[in-house]
Amino acid sequence: MNESINSSMKWRYFKQTLFFGIVRLSFLIIALALGGLLLYIVINGIGVINLDFITTMPTDSMTRGGIMPAIVGTIYLTVGAILIGLPLGVASAIYLTEYAVQGRMIRIIKIGINCLAGVPSVVFGLFGLGLFVVMLKFGSSILAGSLTLGFLILPTIIGAAEEALKAVPQTFREASLALGVSKWQTIFRIVLPNALPGILTGSILGVGRAAGETAPIMFTAAAFFTAKLPESIFGEVMALPYHIYVLATAGTHIEETRPMQFGTVLVLIAVVLGIDLLAIIIRSRMRRNKRW
Amino acid sequence: MNRKIKENIIKYIFFAFALVSIIVLGLIVLSLFREGMPIFKLVSLSDFLLGKDWYPTSDPASFGIFSLIVGSVIVTFLAIFIAVPLGVLSAIYIAEIAPASIKEIFKSVIELLAGIPSVVLGFFGMVIIAPWMQETFDLPTGLNIINASVILAIMAIPTISSISEDALYAVPNEFKEASYALGATRFETIAKVIVPSALSGISTAVILGISRAIGETMVVLMVAGGAAAIPGSIFDSVRPMPASIAAEMGEAPFGGAHYHSLFAIGIVLFFLTLAFNLIADYLSHKFHQSGSATL
Repeated sequence: MNESINSSMKWRYFKQTLFFGIVRLSFLIIALALGGLLLYIVINGIGVINLDFITTMPTDSMTRGGIMPAIVGTIYLTVGAILIGLPLGVASAIYLTEYAVQGRMIRIIKIGINCLAGVPSVVFGLFGLGLFVVMLKFGSSILAGSLTLGFLILPTIIGAAEEALKAVPQTFREASLALGVSKWQTIFRIVLPNALPGILTGSILGVGRAAGETAPIMFTAAAFFTAKLPESIFGEVMALPYHIYVLATAGTHIEETRPMQFGTVLVLIAVVLGIDLLAIIIRSRMRRNKRW
Repeated sequence: MNRKIKENIIKYIFFAFALVSIIVLGLIVLSLFREGMPIFKLVSLSDFLLGKDWYPTSDPASFGIFSLIVGSVIVTFLAIFIAVPLGVLSAIYIAEIAPASIKEIFKSVIELLAGIPSVVLGFFGMVIIAPWMQETFDLPTGLNIINASVILAIMAIPTISSISEDALYAVPNEFKEASYALGATRFETIAKVIVPSALSGISTAVILGISRAIGETMVVLMVAGGAAAIPGSIFDSVRPMPASIAAEMGEAPFGGAHYHSLFAIGIVLFFLTLAFNLIADYLSHKFHQSGSATL
């Protein structure tokens, strides 16, 4: 009797050990994939990275020289995307958390946000091409690309802002309202300042996304090569992700420029993951030092 | 009174901003249809969807996207087949098994993986996996279905993992405690109590993962090989829908039939992912988890 209970317990714990092993293994596979990928790119890319690579124009039909215009272009597009996505996203989140009453309208708005988040990036590219480039005649330009990317990151920013606004304690609002302050003043003077750090860190993840996207800018902003930097928001730009794609697939010297390709990938990864890592670190700090 | 009017005006201004997402969705539909519909003057909808020949630049041109749809479906299916076990198990690891002290770091691993730009993963598949695969398995090309699926799986894992993780966290602690009190082991509690309670959230995660994989562009553009034909094996090349749009838009003459047909592929892609997103939304609300579920 005792023996059979013992052996059944052993069997149950054996199953547990086996399962935990499989679970650990699957996480390990993912971590190794990430680590291996990063390591491989760093090892192959670090050799070409120097000040010249980052600060000079490409030369000899992009087989030599640097990637400065692509870096500048990515900065322009990302800043543009933020200028459009952040105000729209925060205002949208303010309505959803501060004003909205649960009901059908809110449900529809939320479904809309979820569906927007699920639109494939290449469809965003088509949308940008159809609306901004063709219908509104902006041409392939920083403006068209920034608008497209701005709408692409809108759901990310709304989500981050909603979370940050909800984290502001209800008592803050009540205290302000009890002093006779109007609702919108409460939002601007009390709620928003307290939520701002959370909104910004959450939005940083959106920034990383905007900087790394390729398909949405392919038809709306990115140029194969520009001889100089753009002079207005109606100019085309080079961009890091598109530059990688071009060098790796469309060049006449694909094998020859391999080191440059790795170098460009490394710069892009450093920019995007650097931004993400910053957000992750700030967020975990903030969670630890919460004032309320 | 004055103050009340002002408050109301401000409220409606914010309401207008909240509608922006819906308006953008509407504009996406509008611009896709405006540029895509003209193709249906040349081909019928059924010939477009079911036609097997995609020769948009031949004379006479042929606009059948069936092989592109097949390419998308196969690559997505295989990717999900790889990504679901890895994603869900890693979520279980982070939510239930990993020591609390390093949980945050493990979560960051998934978040960083999510942050890697798709063009970088495509580059990796093209430059590293493809030559290796070609040599090891003695294939005509390493740019094929299985390579693209593996890379797509890497892209879908963070989506599946982080949403599943939220669903697992949302399972009330009482469930767990009750299970332990009955003498269940940790494994039995996870397998028979926690995962079943989180199942609606996990299915939402899987569906969003599928939607993500179908729409992903750069990976299939760079790694799937680009052959617009129905594949015979997983070592053949395919040309999924997003790859076709991205590869051909640059050379399609503006306003021509080819140009319109690429927008029409965009319409198909848009409604396909929209359907998956609506299903995910429906699932997460219909079978709302008990307790403090937040999905």
